Amino acid sequence: MGLSLAGQLVNLLAALLLLLAFAMLAQRRVLTLIKLFAWQGAALAASTLIVAYSTGQPHLYFSAVLTLALKVILIPWLLHRLIDRLSVRWDIETLLNIPTTMLAGIGLAIFAFSLATPISQMASTITRSTLGIALACVLLSFLMMIVRRKAVPQVIGFLSMENGLFFAATSATYGMPLVVELGVALDVLVGTFIFGIFFFHIREQFDSLDIRHMEKLKED
Amino acid sequence: MEIALVLCVPLAGALLLALFGHRRWAPEASTLMSFGTLAAAALLTARVIADGPMTALKEQVFVDPFNVFLVALTAFVAFTTALFSRPYMRTEEHHKRLNSARLRLYHSMYQLFTFMMLLTLLSNNVGMLWVAMEGATLSTVLLVSLYRTPASLEAAWKYFILCSVGIAQALFGTILLYFAAEKVLGPGGDALLWTHLHAVRGELEPTVLSLSFVFLLVGYGTKVGLVPLHNWLPDAHAEGPTPISAVLSGLLLNVALYAVVRSKVLVDGALERNFSGGLMMGFGLVSVVVAAFFLSRQKDVKRMFAYSSVEHMGIMTFAFGMGGPVAAFAGLLHMTVHSLTKSAIFFTVGHASQVCGTQEMASIRGLIQQSPAIGWGLALGSLAILGMPPFGVFTSEFMVLTTAMREHPWATPFLLLSLGVAFAAIFGKVQPMIFGETTAQRVAHPPALIPVFVHLAIVLMLGLYIPPYLIDWYRQAAAFIG
Repeated sequence: MGLSLAGQLVNLLAALLLLLAFAMLAQRRVLTLIKLFAWQGAALAASTLIVAYSTGQPHLYFSAVLTLALKVILIPWLLHRLIDRLSVRWDIETLLNIPTTMLAGIGLAIFAFSLATPISQMASTITRSTLGIALACVLLSFLMMIVRRKAVPQVIGFLSMENGLFFAATSATYGMPLVVELGVALDVLVGTFIFGIFFFHIREQFDSLDIRHMEKLKED
Repeated sequence: MEIALVLCVPLAGALLLALFGHRRWAPEASTLMSFGTLAAAALLTARVIADGPMTALKEQVFVDPFNVFLVALTAFVAFTTALFSRPYMRTEEHHKRLNSARLRLYHSMYQLFTFMMLLTLLSNNVGMLWVAMEGATLSTVLLVSLYRTPASLEAAWKYFILCSVGIAQALFGTILLYFAAEKVLGPGGDALLWTHLHAVRGELEPTVLSLSFVFLLVGYGTKVGLVPLHNWLPDAHAEGPTPISAVLSGLLLNVALYAVVRSKVLVDGALERNFSGGLMMGFGLVSVVVAAFFLSRQKDVKRMFAYSSVEHMGIMTFAFGMGGPVAAFAGLLHMTVHSLTKSAIFFTVGHASQVCGTQEMASIRGLIQQSPAIGWGLALGSLAILGMPPFGVFTSEFMVLTTAMREHPWATPFLLLSLGVAFAAIFGKVQPMIFGETTAQRVAHPPALIPVFVHLAIVLMLGLYIPPYLIDWYRQAAAFIG
């Protein structure tokens, strides 16, 4: 009973994660985007916690706390501060209009599910049906990075891709070994700092964070 | 013990130079630390020759014939590049392109980058390999944008985004690999140790592994610079400081290819048919052809040689994809000679663009008049990279081609055509740069050209005569990965 309840909760959170990925894809405002990203982190942490509790894997508790600290608190806070400092509260321009993007997103989600089905049938974990969702989240974030023009949304897309990957790790395998997870978390954190440094450099040079200015290096 | 030493020296160097990198003596300190790394790598090599493969630190790191020669190569090129960068970076400072704060960043990150590459090579844990590879990207991003010009920022941004996205795919591949391994080895840290995975590779689930390999190839392939994932590579090479172009081309691409080949060995064990080999041959061949045709369109000298790196990485990927002892031997040899030749070329090109004040090939003229050493270095380096006998690149390319003719005859015309096109493009552009009337100025600090000729001498030697212990090594490694 306990297991099946946990399984249901994880499935619910997985659905939430996918929903949030779509919401981020459709979102036009940067501040809301950061909020959605934090919520996605929270859903990830909660699902990790549930898997940890129901399977008694101690290192997953650690991973849940790490996710909470890093992706719900620290990184959104850093991004908020960055946006305040750079005083950019623009609306996001997209390359494709939102309905088209959503349709492409649905296509990607279906593709992800069909790719993941044969594998999740082999999984023995309680959370196996969520592997497709994890892959869909990764691909949706990928799409978001492609269609966004500004630097900040691209970074959020990258971080949300990392969320999808972590979810894949917990749902398919009960999490990677601790040393690897720590290493990945460190890389993400350092990456975010470098992104932050970059924003200042880019703004200094171009007076804008629009990466359309950065399309000079083309083949001629 | 020796393994720990190899890793500790560059890490200590990174910390030391993070504190003192702005001092006058920082370049010397950096060179010294790189020399220390080389000495440690030499000790490790001697130990492996004496005792054979080994693991250490609770099996988290390991050495075998395949990675030990790459460790030695990485430490060697990192040392010679440090030698080269000493006068080069001083001249850049003299030209007011850099200040001492940026030089501190440069020296510290250079050591950290060396550390990350060595960690990638030595790591037995496939997950840690991923972490170290991402670390190598992160430590070089700020170096590519060191000049803070619009173009260099754009290049660094592209490098960062593309490589991060690429490497995220590799993480997914690693997760799938762990997923398959966990079934056989049980959960926990051991299931990601390469030596354990290798021992049970026949029992791993084939469907999962083939999907995992696709993700790993795309992920690490982005860093290898395989077409169509190569977009970051020419920009990063052209806009960063030349020592960084040299180590990116000569070392980082090799290390990324190493990760691909490690994955391939596992997948080949699990799958009946040659799935991974086919994919690698495809990617490799496309890279060779596309890069060769892009060469003739380049105006920037560093960009052109960056495309040449894409081409050569394509040849190696193709060779490892074909598999078998001869092709794998050729791939390993090509890794060595390409790394040495390409870094030597970047050294000369760096000094050439310093004395001429530009990287535009149309404005670089008459190098041999201004400085015979730079001119000859570039001429010999270009001939070597184009596969002229008696240099070592000829030997490895010849082996790749003959194997391709025997086993995959359809691929030979593409390879030959590309090599021909590349020859015409590079030779036609380099020749006027070397001869003719010079426009060059003297620079404040005399260039360090000894590394160039040392590299070219080794490449020449490998073309004429490969020492028996090196042949043994390549054979063992080739048998292992073939």
